[in-house]
This record gives sequence, structure tokens and C-alpha cells, in this order.
Amino acid sequence: MSIELKNVTYTYSPGTAYETHALKDISLTIPDGQFIGIIGHTGSGKSTLIQHLNALVQPTSGQVLYNGEDVWDEKYDRRGLRSQVGLVFQYPEHQLFENDVLSDVCFGPMNQGKTREEAEKEARQALIQVGVKEKNFSKSPFELSGGQKKRVAIAGVLAMNPKILILDEPTAGLDPKGRDDILDQIAELHKMRGITIVLVSHSMEDIAKYVERLIVMNHGEAVFDDVPKKVFAHYKELEAMGLAAPQITYIMHALKEHGLNVDGDATTVEEAKESILKALAQKKTPEGGKEL
Amino acid sequence: MIRDITLGQYYPAKSILHRLDPRTKFLGTLAFLISVFIFHTFPGYAVATVFLVTMIGLSKVPVKFMFKGLKAIFMILMITVVFNIFLTPGEILWKWGILKVTKEGLILAGRMAIRLVYLVIGSSVMTLTTTPNQLTDGLERIMRPLNRIHVPVHEISMMMSIALRFIPILLEETDKIMKAQIARGADFENGNLIQKAKNMVPLLVPLFISAFRRANDLAMAMEARCYHGGDHRTQMKPLHYERRDYMAYGILAVYLGIAVVFRVVGL
Repeated sequence: MSIELKNVTYTYSPGTAYETHALKDISLTIPDGQFIGIIGHTGSGKSTLIQHLNALVQPTSGQVLYNGEDVWDEKYDRRGLRSQVGLVFQYPEHQLFENDVLSDVCFGPMNQGKTREEAEKEARQALIQVGVKEKNFSKSPFELSGGQKKRVAIAGVLAMNPKILILDEPTAGLDPKGRDDILDQIAELHKMRGITIVLVSHSMEDIAKYVERLIVMNHGEAVFDDVPKKVFAHYKELEAMGLAAPQITYIMHALKEHGLNVDGDATTVEEAKESILKALAQKKTPEGGKEL
Repeated sequence: MIRDITLGQYYPAKSILHRLDPRTKFLGTLAFLISVFIFHTFPGYAVATVFLVTMIGLSKVPVKFMFKGLKAIFMILMITVVFNIFLTPGEILWKWGILKVTKEGLILAGRMAIRLVYLVIGSSVMTLTTTPNQLTDGLERIMRPLNRIHVPVHEISMMMSIALRFIPILLEETDKIMKAQIARGADFENGNLIQKAKNMVPLLVPLFISAFRRANDLAMAMEARCYHGGDHRTQMKPLHYERRDYMAYGILAVYLGIAVVFRVVGL
């Protein structure tokens, strides 16, 4: 069970004055169960990339394979694919349309051919898993706050029971608490349902803590594709692309330059704390417990 | 997907036609359209052809873009030609049952076809070389005298520019909404007419909400910058005629003069 992109290139408006290359020769594999982050600044091609994963856009050249089958084969059931590979777009306003939250979330499962009762069961489960309270189920989706709308939008896709869940900028426009809540819940889903998660963001800080693999997009190319620690080691290149490593990376590198024996690869505050305490302890012992 | 639809169809290039004042281009197009109706003989159409081909050459826009507009009128063109060929009374050239082709019919059909095609290509030359915003600016200036009889010229042109500005935005929005719903298993292609109409609801509701929200935001932003209609409003880039515009008007006058002379002489 995996998605595989083979030399995928995508060009907007080919043959006109407005021709632009959104993706250039991308090859990558997304195996089962991974928690992947895709990062890149605006216009780097990350949104175009994820729309290839569930066959919303057709590559100008190259292949997209799901479980080894070409999804652009004439006979391929692309609607079926889209209920396996769920994609949540950035703006919940683009998909909410029903009178109440529950019916809106039922839209996906009912398109899969489920009855209203079955769909409601899935919808309730999905809504609770993303942290929407029961009392909000009968409200109009347009009355909800930004964070709540986002949750309903995620539930709307989750209710279709996808094997892979792709989220485009799920934290955009949220306050810090809302952002952490949503990301925690997504991590929770990853554990609970065991599904593959692809998280798109432009903020390293947000996703460094959660993802096990990081793909960095720049000008339509996948520049780095590795575990976060290794990617952040290129923090100078990342900066040149208009991205940045987490602040912790900078602090750790600065400490190292000043002669403290810390782990420069630490990506989270927790790791950094441990590493700094360890380095300080090392430093103290030989000098007989003198104050720094 | 839907993104490929271009409205206003401006083609960016650096040519003398692109640099002309939009008023010159608008009035010039009008003059050309009138000339197509003044000319009524084939030598006349030859003059119009020379004029049109020269303009296309000057515009530096690839010729295939000029003909794109013809696709839209293809059916009308066919109907016109067929009706004119078969239904005009006169000297019979060919007969089969109740169908008869007359010499007069052929000539009339030819004329109609030339006129229709030239009308479309002529206006394409203008829309391909002028951005929609320039065009509304130009129209506003041309219609300014109507202010005297209390026609809200500025408001009309402001509405036109806003509408034009929003077409690509709403198209893009439609595309995004469609994708978001397709990702949830929506089906916009299959089914009978009633089903199709029903399937549009998940597209139309978010689209309308977003259009209203945008309109609201825009109104707010305009008010925050103290917009209050057309009185005493100056422009950032006021239109003014250059030497090339006067030359263009000269050429147009000569061209229209030729058309009138042709008509009077009966050529």
C-alpha cells in the first residue's frame, strides 16, 4: 500500500504566455503508516504536489502509482482512489455547504454509497475524534469559529475512512493554542487509526515535533527528503530558500560555536533541554562544581 | 481544469497597438466595424482585409489567438451562410428538389460571412491588445459627456472594472471548491439533468458565500480609504493622447474616407 510518484512534472497553461512549471521531475514514495511533512514557501509547488496524490490533477508528464497501479489509466477508478486518499484543503469555507455540521460531514460517506444511518455513525465518530463537541453537531457550519470549521472540514474527509490523510496547511490562520490542539489531534489520529498522514505547512516549528520524514519543496523541486534532524542540519540552505529551521536549531548551533558540547541536531525544546543540561553537567564535573 | 478559461483574453506583448490609448483603440475598432458595413463590394472588402491584416501584423499577437474568437460564432456563421445560400431568390445556378442555389444567394452569403468574421476578428484585435481595466478606463472617458444628463458614468465603469477583476478570482475559487468537493467524492459529471443540478449545490453554496464575503470585504476596504463615488476623483494614470494616437486617428479618418468614397462611387 503506497503512493509512488515517478518523474512527475506539472506545467500550468502550457503553450501560452502564462506557462509556469509548478513541479519539476518529482520522484518519491509514500509508504504506509508514515507521518510526513511537506514544507515550502508560497508558490513552491507543495499544493500542486499533494493534488497529484489523489488524482485531482493529472501530471503533464510522469506517472502516479497507487499500490503499483497507474491512477491515470483509462479504466482506473479515481473516485475510489479519492476515498482511500483523503485530502483536506486549506480553507474549510471551500467545502462546508450543508445546513448543519453533521450533514456536512455525512456528505463524503454518502458519496461512497453509504446510507444516512451508516454515514451518520462514521460522521459522529470522525467529529468526536477531531474534537468537535456533540452540542455543535446540529449548528450551522458557518456559525463556528475558524478552528472549529477546520475541525469539521477534517472530519468531513476523515469520515470517509481514508487510508492516507493529506492536510494542506491545517494550522493556517489559527491562534497558537488552536494550532497545537489541531496538530496534537492529528498526531493522535495517526496513532489511533494507524493511517498515513501527510502534513503540508510553511512553518518548520509547527511540524518538526510531529513528523518522521520531511520533504522540502523549492521552485517545484523536492530539495530535501529525509528525517527532520538531517534536513535541519541544512539550516543555512533552508534560509536561502526563505524557510527557516526551528529556533532551537539556531540556539544549539550558537551554543556549540561558543564551546558548549551540545547536540546540534536537537529539534524540539525537550531534546534541547536534555542536551544542554547534559553538556552543562559535563562541564561542571572536571572544574570542581564552579559556577559558570 | 477550469483555470484554463481566459476572459478578457489580453495577450501581453510590446507593440504599437498595445501602447495606443484605449480610447483610440475603442473608437478605431468602432470605425473598422462601421467600415465593414459601409463597404458592400468585394474590392471594398479587399481594402478592409489589407487594413485588418496590417493591424494584426502590428499587434505582434500570434495569429492563432485572433481566430480563437471565431469558434464561438461558428454555429451562427454556418446558419447564416446556409440560409442565405438556399433562401435568396434570383438567378438559379443549381437545383435539387426544393433546394436551389442562386447567384445572389452566394454573393449575399459571402458578404455576410466576411462581415461576421471581420467583426469578430476586429474586436479581438482590441481585446487582445488592451487589458480589461484600460478598456473600462477608456470607456469611462468616452462616456463622460453623458454625466450631463445624469448618467452615473463613473459608477457604471467602476462596477464594470470590479466585475472584470472578480471573474478570474471567482473562477479560481470555483476550481478550488470543485476540487475540495471532488476530494470528498462529489460527482459533477455523471447523472441526468436533475441529478446534475442537485450535485451543483455543494459547489454553489460555498461559491455564493465566498462571493458575498469578498464583496463585503471590498466594500469595507473601499470605504476605509474614503471612496465616495466619482465626484472630483482623479486617476493615478490619467489617459492622455500621444502623438501616435493623433496619427492613428489620422489613419482612421483616411480609411473611413476611402470607405465612404467607395460607397459613393459604387465600387
